[in-house]
Amino acid sequence: MSDRYAQLVRSPPGALLARQVGLPRPVALERHRPGDPVIRGRVLLGGARGGRLLGAIAAVLAEARCELATPLEERARSIVAEAGLDAAVFNPDAPGEQRFKALIFDATGIADSTELVALHAFFHGAVRRVEQCGRVIVLGTPFSDCASARQKTAQRALEGFTRSLGKEIGRGATVQLVLVAAGAQDGIASTLRFLLSPRSAYVSGQVVRLGRGKPPKEIDWEHPLRGRTALVTGASRGIGESIASTLAREGAHVVGLDVPALGDDLRRVAARLDGESIELDITVPEAPAAIAERFSGGLDVVVHNAGVTRDRTLAKMPTERWTELMEINLSSQERIDDALLQADALNGNGRIVCVSSMSGIAGNAGQTNYATSKAGVIGRVQALAPELAKRALTINAVAPGFIETQMTAKMPITIREAGRRMNSLSQGGLPIDVAETVAWLAHPASGAINGNVVRVCGQNLLGA
Amino acid sequence: MRKDVRRVAILGGNRIPFARSDSAYAQASNHELLTAALDGLIDRFHLQGERLGEVVAGAVLKHPRDRDLTREAVLSTQLAPETPAYDVQQACGTGLEAVVLVANKIALGQIDAGIAGGADTTSDAPLALNENLRKILLELNRTPSSAGRMQLLTRLRPTQIMPEIPRNAEPRTGLSMGEHCAIMAAEWGVSREEQDELAVRSHHQMAAAYERGFFEDLLTPYLGLERDQNLRPDSTPEKLAKLRPVFGGEQGTMTAGNSTPLSDGAAAVLLASEDWARERDLPILAYLTEAQTAAVDHVHKREGLLMAPAYAMPRMLDRVGLSLGDFDLYEIHEAFAAQVLCTLRAWEDPVFCRERLQRQQPLGAIDRERLNVNGGSLAAGHPFAATGGRIVAALAKALHERGSGRALVSICAAAGQGVVALLESNGNQP
Repeated sequence: MSDRYAQLVRSPPGALLARQVGLPRPVALERHRPGDPVIRGRVLLGGARGGRLLGAIAAVLAEARCELATPLEERARSIVAEAGLDAAVFNPDAPGEQRFKALIFDATGIADSTELVALHAFFHGAVRRVEQCGRVIVLGTPFSDCASARQKTAQRALEGFTRSLGKEIGRGATVQLVLVAAGAQDGIASTLRFLLSPRSAYVSGQVVRLGRGKPPKEIDWEHPLRGRTALVTGASRGIGESIASTLAREGAHVVGLDVPALGDDLRRVAARLDGESIELDITVPEAPAAIAERFSGGLDVVVHNAGVTRDRTLAKMPTERWTELMEINLSSQERIDDALLQADALNGNGRIVCVSSMSGIAGNAGQTNYATSKAGVIGRVQALAPELAKRALTINAVAPGFIETQMTAKMPITIREAGRRMNSLSQGGLPIDVAETVAWLAHPASGAINGNVVRVCGQNLLGA
Repeated sequence: MRKDVRRVAILGGNRIPFARSDSAYAQASNHELLTAALDGLIDRFHLQGERLGEVVAGAVLKHPRDRDLTREAVLSTQLAPETPAYDVQQACGTGLEAVVLVANKIALGQIDAGIAGGADTTSDAPLALNENLRKILLELNRTPSSAGRMQLLTRLRPTQIMPEIPRNAEPRTGLSMGEHCAIMAAEWGVSREEQDELAVRSHHQMAAAYERGFFEDLLTPYLGLERDQNLRPDSTPEKLAKLRPVFGGEQGTMTAGNSTPLSDGAAAVLLASEDWARERDLPILAYLTEAQTAAVDHVHKREGLLMAPAYAMPRMLDRVGLSLGDFDLYEIHEAFAAQVLCTLRAWEDPVFCRERLQRQQPLGAIDRERLNVNGGSLAAGHPFAATGGRIVAALAKALHERGSGRALVSICAAAGQGVVALLESNGNQP
């Protein structure tokens, strides 16, 4: 699993060589450790004239005890003062030695393409001041909430900006666009915190859509899932194990599920997390009912992580390779959710998080079966989201890109190296990166996120 | 004890032209500089043989021999030798603090008239014995036996000939005042252009004031100097733009042009009760009506070293029920152009005013046309303890010329301190 190339170019001679030859130089990504603050370092906050989110953003930053700076603009300064933030001043004409860990820009005020120059005005002088593993977040308005064609044009244009900046910013920094529906400003906290923090280390170039969802009044940011029960399928190893551990870290009572053949591993994980285990093949006909029965007392989070690959080009793929995979990766998920919903086993403010894949978005040679199942997962998320919203539930998916696991370690070196480097961060992600993203979507304060598919791919070139 | 508080009149002032360090006044001591300033004031107001209530002055860079500097200076003048005096020291706030101290005693009726002032020389600086040598010599003094003394002498080293040089550095941070101000400039995003512009304006305003004879009854020539040596009437933004940054590293915005140079000089101000002035038929230029000091924690809370006046001002304004915009003239000591600009920015800033000053609204902006109308320290130079006297005397005269109005003085000082004061014209009806 070790990335020898990354180690090499982080050594002094390796770095020199890489610089001379122009090879990618991946930095060691910062990752969250329990007890860490949301973000270490100063956040620069600005906004286009007429924006509607500065106050809400400032409130989140104040609660998260962020160190803040703003440009010398009366409106922004008044708003952050109102939020109780002792914000420093940033003047690009006299920048001094200022460095920023994050840049946040409220672009909701941009109502016409001519006003997009506000992006240049804010980022031009600031972008080179972003520290290693820094964060850039632009907030905009979703298409459906724009009043005019001009506004829609300008707001849609933001995506080109963030996706490009993500590709050029480098040094482990990430860039996201968050589209906040009208009146949804109270639900941005969990998303802003996630995207600012090292928890989102391998998430970049994403567009997150926030709708109107009421966050709970009291949020324990250290242990948001305390008192909540989470079911994680495929929890015995790899990404599933990491998801189970992360949800447990966030305070959840985790119930891991896996096939009986992996029972030893599963029990070990459950024991370590002080959780429970279910040894069950989710594809057997009685599985959905059994699971619904098991959680008749109430379940808060379901993570559909269980999945397999059965790679073969289509011409050489026997039917079993197709049906077996489809059963595990997609059909069983559908049946389990149906059963849980029918039994009303999901508690209010409950969460369903599915694990899709970059292959499901971009497609991949030799993976027609796998990509079909993972694209189907996306379809499920989009189809169920409006329905679940009526029951105060959400469904979202994460779509991992190249994640360093036992599976990728077995790849031929050329394919592995290509997979690792073909993204904006020039390296593979770790299972924890997927797990942190799942934890964000499973967060009780993430009710505003519904029907989203968030890639954990370091802004991979494929399908972007 | 009196129950009423008397109004304190500013009758006039005198200073010697300020010289650049190691130049015209290179051989003069604090004692000589202060005496020269006092002599001029005594001549102007015919105070020969007069027993004043008190003379209060100070110096920031002092020799051990400058013990009771002010009293010794008084004895060197033609004031009655029975005039008491004492020294104060509050870094660059010394001069204004001395004015406040004299004024307070007049207000309380403890004295009727007094002189406040200050002097400083950076040329005749107090070099001290090398610290190691000093310790050996002191121990030698404590050692009775010859053998012991001989043994001590073996600890002498050639390097101990190097004296202790006073450094313009903050004891608790090790940073010079300029380096501290560079941090503030960066924090407040003060650009090089703004600073140079302020510096040029200071030179031009002061040159114009000299041209129209404004300083004629505020200044006495000394050792061949008739004008402040640092004054550059032909200063332009283009010329200043060529200077290299001296503080804040390569990206710094502070240069020798927009920072005050080390300088030598002295100033004195005559203050009195209205009765005392009336008895001598001396016109009252202005009244000193309020003052306030403040300090910031530049060590642990990381507030800017020179930001204390930004805190002192609203406290004083609240007490008198006035707003920052209610004044006709403003004198903000230009220790560095950046210091002035940071202070102005802080008063305009909603964040600073709310989070640091606990005010719902910013103090607001001031009309820059009313700021340092006769030039400031960037043009005149800044012999630390002399600056307060220079400003108060010139501002009182400027108010007198206007015939009415109010004015503010703001002076930042080392160690995170600041002094502000409020002057009112004699034309104002009480």
